[in-house]
Amino acid sequence: MDTSEDILQQASPGLIPGSGTARAAKPTRLSPSFVSWLQAGPMMLVFLAFFLIPLVFVVIVSFWDYNEYQLLPAFSGRGYTDTFEGCIAQLPDLCTIAKTYLKTLKLCFLVWVITLFIGFWVAYFLAFHVKSKTWQMGLSLLCTIPFWTSNVIRMIAWIPLLGRNGLVNSGLVKTGLINHPVEWLLFSEFSVVLALVHLFTFFMVVPIFNSMVRIDKSLIEAAYDAGATGFQTLVNVIIPLAKPGIVIGSIFVITIVMGDFITIGVMGGQQIAAAGKIIETRVNALQFPAAAANAVILLVITFLIITMMSRIVDIKKEL
Amino acid sequence: MKEGRPRSFYVLAIFFAAYVLFLYGPMIAIYVLSFQGPQGGLTFPMNGVSTFWIAKLFQGTGIVDLGAAFRRSLLLGIIVMIVTVVLSVAAGMAFRRKFKAQSILFYSAIASLIVPSIITSLGISLEFRIIDDLIKAHWNENFETSMGLLTSGLGAHLTWTLPFGLLIMFAIFNRFDPRLEEAARDLGATPWQAFRHVVLPIILPSVIGIGLFGFTLSWDELARSSQAIGAVNTLPLDLQGLTTTVTNPDIYALGTVISAVSFTVITLALGTIHMLNKRQAAKGSDAGKGLV
Repeated sequence: MDTSEDILQQASPGLIPGSGTARAAKPTRLSPSFVSWLQAGPMMLVFLAFFLIPLVFVVIVSFWDYNEYQLLPAFSGRGYTDTFEGCIAQLPDLCTIAKTYLKTLKLCFLVWVITLFIGFWVAYFLAFHVKSKTWQMGLSLLCTIPFWTSNVIRMIAWIPLLGRNGLVNSGLVKTGLINHPVEWLLFSEFSVVLALVHLFTFFMVVPIFNSMVRIDKSLIEAAYDAGATGFQTLVNVIIPLAKPGIVIGSIFVITIVMGDFITIGVMGGQQIAAAGKIIETRVNALQFPAAAANAVILLVITFLIITMMSRIVDIKKEL
Repeated sequence: MKEGRPRSFYVLAIFFAAYVLFLYGPMIAIYVLSFQGPQGGLTFPMNGVSTFWIAKLFQGTGIVDLGAAFRRSLLLGIIVMIVTVVLSVAAGMAFRRKFKAQSILFYSAIASLIVPSIITSLGISLEFRIIDDLIKAHWNENFETSMGLLTSGLGAHLTWTLPFGLLIMFAIFNRFDPRLEEAARDLGATPWQAFRHVVLPIILPSVIGIGLFGFTLSWDELARSSQAIGAVNTLPLDLQGLTTTVTNPDIYALGTVISAVSFTVITLALGTIHMLNKRQAAKGSDAGKGLV
């Protein structure tokens, strides 16, 4: 305790800056790191209680045993062996789980390609062709509003259009293009992909738009001045600079479709199997360890996809 | 560079218009169809115009107890909105300084956003089941369940709304001029006064945006509620239950009523944001403008 301040204090009390009256007048200052904890702590607690710990439980329970009506907290690999049943015995035929995942990946790929195409051009139009800020805001808002309304309603909304007697079918019959209403428009893979695109293109538009508005317009003019065609500018300037947005949008869309069970259920007429639907089915049968095992598998696959994609871009830098 | 618009503008404008039509067309179709006449079916053409199906919904003669589910969803939505706003603003303020566990919180939020909802939902339901079992085994044999709308249900919704709230806060503070706050401090404001009288009024329009996300995402939430809501249903869950047995337009009527609430909230929020922005523009100081 032999600092110079102490010595000064002993010599002439009351003269030290920040001591005595000055310090007493101010209420005790909380240290900045303590304030940060107070501010960020509540949100951290919510994620801990309702996200991180539940994930741990999913992993633990996936190794528990079960019978027809309850969980048995004893180690067992049954959740996994039940899931992969027949995968080796049936070779070279694919087992159910492999088929289901292939189907899910196929849906995922289709939806990804279509949302990327639509999302890219919608964002491009908003970012480069709409010059006035007010219009840009208004049109972005127009794209966002459906996101604030119910997904189920937006799915049901296709029924009067695509059903057997729906607008599309009756229109096609009237024009003579087909003789009988076609059945594959609704409750089919087609309607699932359509609805997923309808619901989730938004997740592509926003990040791509965000990347695009940050592109310095003089770069594009420079490319133009240097004699690049519109196509060359697009491929060599705009797409590379919009890549972070493209990757983030892709991660959103792919993870949503991988885990989806509601859209696939409603629009597939509850007939199409998918990764998320297996989990739901197992839960409904009260086979929680099997549901948890499927959740772990889905989590691992989703995580692999994200890791692969985030190799391309540092997410944290882009926000 | 005044050459008129390039041809690509018109091509993309048509593309954009088609996209907007694709977004809104089907929704508008069911809003119209919910005003079918009493004999009307599930598709066009309209069979007369009436409020028969909407009235039927409110009489409670329909398939679900709409009133109860409506009140539950509204209550949950409002609580989720308030909690999301408070926690997001607080955490957003924390992120302006460096603090330990910063990246843990950031990655938790991102992970919570992109881990498939069904997994989070299943996890919460397992967590509460295990808590129930522990309570039954050690304290109270007659204990029913700790799962419910405002426990597991609220938590499930927050894992979905909080990441959006936090990301919006990041966007706000990316554009925020910290000198304004420093000026307030230099004039002797306490940190709370600087927040209350300087920071909050500036970020208020975006904070209302967070509230808008909080309410609407909760109001329409389905995937995370599915396993974690407990014994009772929210409005979207009831609606989803109806989709398997669609036979008459009351499902459209229900959809229209749910959307009416969404659109009311959206209009209120956007209106308030617009008003605040206008007031800021009118009353805000013009100090420093014209100097650059």
